Amino acid sequence: MKTKDIIKNGLIKENPTWVLILGMCPTLATTTSALNGLSMGLATTFVLLMSNMVISLLKSVIPDKVRIPAFIVIIASFVTMVEMVMKAYLPGLYDSLGLFISLIVVNCIVLGRAEAFASKNNVGQSALDGLFMGLGFTWALTLLGIVRELLGTGCFFGHSLIGGADGMLMMILPPGGFLALGLLMALINHLRKRA
Amino acid sequence: MAKKAQSTLPNMVVSLTAIALVAAAILAALNAITKEPIEQAKTAKIKDAVGAVLPAFKNVEDRIVEGYTCHVATDSEGRVVGTAVEAGSDKGFGGHLQLMVGFDAEGKVCGYQVIETHETPGLGAKADQWFQKGGKGDIIGRSGELKVKKDGGDVDAISGSTITSRAFLGIVNEAAAIAAQCNQ
Repeated sequence: MKTKDIIKNGLIKENPTWVLILGMCPTLATTTSALNGLSMGLATTFVLLMSNMVISLLKSVIPDKVRIPAFIVIIASFVTMVEMVMKAYLPGLYDSLGLFISLIVVNCIVLGRAEAFASKNNVGQSALDGLFMGLGFTWALTLLGIVRELLGTGCFFGHSLIGGADGMLMMILPPGGFLALGLLMALINHLRKRA
Repeated sequence: MAKKAQSTLPNMVVSLTAIALVAAAILAALNAITKEPIEQAKTAKIKDAVGAVLPAFKNVEDRIVEGYTCHVATDSEGRVVGTAVEAGSDKGFGGHLQLMVGFDAEGKVCGYQVIETHETPGLGAKADQWFQKGGKGDIIGRSGELKVKKDGGDVDAISGSTITSRAFLGIVNEAAAIAAQCNQ
């Protein structure tokens, strides 16, 4: 597989959020603001990159029948690392993402890439796939966060753009998450098909 | 490509055990490194909250009263200038609500800070501003039992968030009782 294809797959063609529609739980729950969406995306990117690399390295010594528990142990270790480091050095961010960091373990994108890509390809390609799948997830979450924050509170990354306006509260609440996700998904897939 | 390990029992046991051991060792090492910063972050958060809810002070002494930690602040001559109490309640709309409430020497509320909240953004989560000085439900400088208007009191509840407001005032009342006991 060519490098260019791997990059394009992660960012656009097989984007985990807009095309594969994976990992919807953190997508909807953490995108109440652009910063939260971006941070969640980057945390997931780190886990994807590291777990894809390690799993690709170990693929020939992990017997097939125990591959899922082995993958989960590796993924869970990286998630725990992110969690501990974030708790220690970014406690404010940890407070707002909290539970969803631990839930990266069961994010289907991470196990999905381990199973579908890292266990079949070499280390370099797996690292690239992990990185760009993660960045694909990150830009999707950030865009969703920007739209919801802007409509819901009138702010962009915490800076008020519309003075004194309260915004449409619903966009911050769960129904707004579904609405924004559905409309953005329709728009992006429309653009993707025309391109 | 190297030959793939077969799924025999010894192979499976060895590979899973090895992976689990390595993972455990790495996490244990990282835990040792991050333990102290995590504790420091927690203490710093409490210290910041105590500083934010009390008037200027010199020293803080922690006392445990009925399972609550009272942060008793004194000035340079050792006089008590205020007491901050951290208290919480599970009666919030979204679950647990935890506050740091500061009282001056006469037991009047002189400040509060929300430590943990799961209230609805834009509604109940407004509690962090609503009851502050100049807010619509200003409780700064108040003492005695506080109640929302719906319950026969005189504090304006957050519009659309009576449950949050009730839980909030409940915590403030509880903290007031603890602070009073603490300074007896």
